[in-house]
Amino acid sequence: MKKSVKRNLIAAAFIVPSLFIFINVVIIPFVMGIVYSFTDWDGFKFAGSNFVGFGNYVRVFQDSDFLTSFGLTFKYAVCMIILVNVIGLSLAMLVTSKIKSRNLLRSIYFLPNLIGGLILGFIWKFVFTKFFVQVGEVMGNSSIFFNWLDDPTASFWALVFVGTWQMAGYVMIIYIAAIQGVSDEVLEAADMDGAGGWMRFRKIMFPLIMPAFTISLFLTLSNAFKQYDTNISLTNGGPYGTTELVAMNIFKTAFSMNQYALAQSKAIIFFLVILVVTVTQVVISKKREVEQ
Amino acid sequence: MKRRNKSTSILLEVIAWVSGLLMLLPMYIMFVNSFKGRAEIFTDTFGLPKSFSFEYYAAAMDKMNFLSAFKNSLLVSVISIGLIIIFSAMTSWMLVRMKNKLSNGILLLFVGTMLIPFQSVMIPLMQYLNKWDIPSLNFSMINTHYGLIFMYIGFGLSMSVFLYHGFIKGVPIALEEAAMIEGCNTWQTFWKVVFPMLTPITMTVGILNLLWIWNDYLLPSLTLTSPALRTIPLSTFFFFGEFTIQWNLAMAGLVVSIIPVIIFYLFAQKYIIKGVMAGAVK
Repeated sequence: MKKSVKRNLIAAAFIVPSLFIFINVVIIPFVMGIVYSFTDWDGFKFAGSNFVGFGNYVRVFQDSDFLTSFGLTFKYAVCMIILVNVIGLSLAMLVTSKIKSRNLLRSIYFLPNLIGGLILGFIWKFVFTKFFVQVGEVMGNSSIFFNWLDDPTASFWALVFVGTWQMAGYVMIIYIAAIQGVSDEVLEAADMDGAGGWMRFRKIMFPLIMPAFTISLFLTLSNAFKQYDTNISLTNGGPYGTTELVAMNIFKTAFSMNQYALAQSKAIIFFLVILVVTVTQVVISKKREVEQ
Repeated sequence: MKRRNKSTSILLEVIAWVSGLLMLLPMYIMFVNSFKGRAEIFTDTFGLPKSFSFEYYAAAMDKMNFLSAFKNSLLVSVISIGLIIIFSAMTSWMLVRMKNKLSNGILLLFVGTMLIPFQSVMIPLMQYLNKWDIPSLNFSMINTHYGLIFMYIGFGLSMSVFLYHGFIKGVPIALEEAAMIEGCNTWQTFWKVVFPMLTPITMTVGILNLLWIWNDYLLPSLTLTSPALRTIPLSTFFFFGEFTIQWNLAMAGLVVSIIPVIIFYLFAQKYIIKGVMAGAVK
């Protein structure tokens, strides 16, 4: 009896400190957030706030700015998924082929990842506003080289561009790990059977690196949805609020407009959407892994 | 791969280098313009600067209070990561070895909440931790480095426990039992026998958390209000907002804030890339 008490105390000593911090930083605020989203809390004292049922949620769906942000975020996520993974996989194929200086190139491709989205956004802001404009002047062709950040559509693509530039190197690393896991024997066997480059890629490589797709798509998707840093540093939602992604909209609702309860309802919806979208993606990708 | 002929491999080489240079182009532009005067930037952002003087660097470092920001970033990152490693390794090991309903429940709590985005907890979190203030002791979770570290540990635990737990499941128990028989207590067994065996995953956990915490702007922007406490991303943000008209100064500031990362990357790139690979496979 005494021994088991002692054993439990030891186990508790290993677990309770982490659990304490985790519960106080994540779990309690998360639960509070759900409760707040059903009240008219004003950001100050919670006592005295009234229960308003689904009132905030109704307002969220009437908030056209928020709906626009959400639409834009979906579009952003789709573009990111396609571009980041196509480019990331291509880079991975490049540096796992027998080219010289592949290690150096791998390091270069990964480099943007080490620099946070905030600073990257600032660097690109200069590139778009100064460098692009000058190149446009020199070439006399301003259909590509103009200040992207002045134009709503081009600003959106600027966000996608910089996001891709940052994340492609990260998923490249994941694909490299997967490609290196494919044994040479399998590839040689395919060669002997006369499978050409594309055939070999599609029939042999692709199925074998499917698990890497699951992870890369998941990471791209959740990062794209949560994008905030590059959004504030590169476009800051502009021009005229046309490039405001969801995370930024929630921030502004809370900290610029002081509509805390409304912002919290948006944040809960945001969570549910991320949950549904990423879980769906993982389930679909996993299924394909098993089939092959 | 041996069927590839010479011209294709030259083509691949060229493509690879062009992509590499395109990746580096923004860095190059940032670097050269940090030396250029106003008129020079106005006419030419691409060429090498006429002279390399460090006047903008000195001014930028001074205006963004770089040394203090660097010290703050280093302090917050190192302590947060150290504690995340200690806490998550200990907890994960105990959870794996307990193997009962309670431990499964706790694991589920840590891992199942990984998808909660920061935006969904930030507003109540600030409100909640604000209540912990003890004015008489000068204790506050908001606008202090220890408060920020506390939050980093909380947010970092999910993924770290997930990674450690996955790794420890594959660590044989025999060595631990031998150590116990030799008279080690649980604490000693963990630190002397188990923890050294976890080194590969400890590297991964450390690196993934470093990439996040060092570059994080969100959390410090919400909790730190005193300029003296600012970390590098936060001071870069305020600095850049003030000096966008003076691009040379702004670029010098950006170069300075990136230098620590680049230096670290030169020395630790092998571990960083390995760490990211191992983290993704799990």
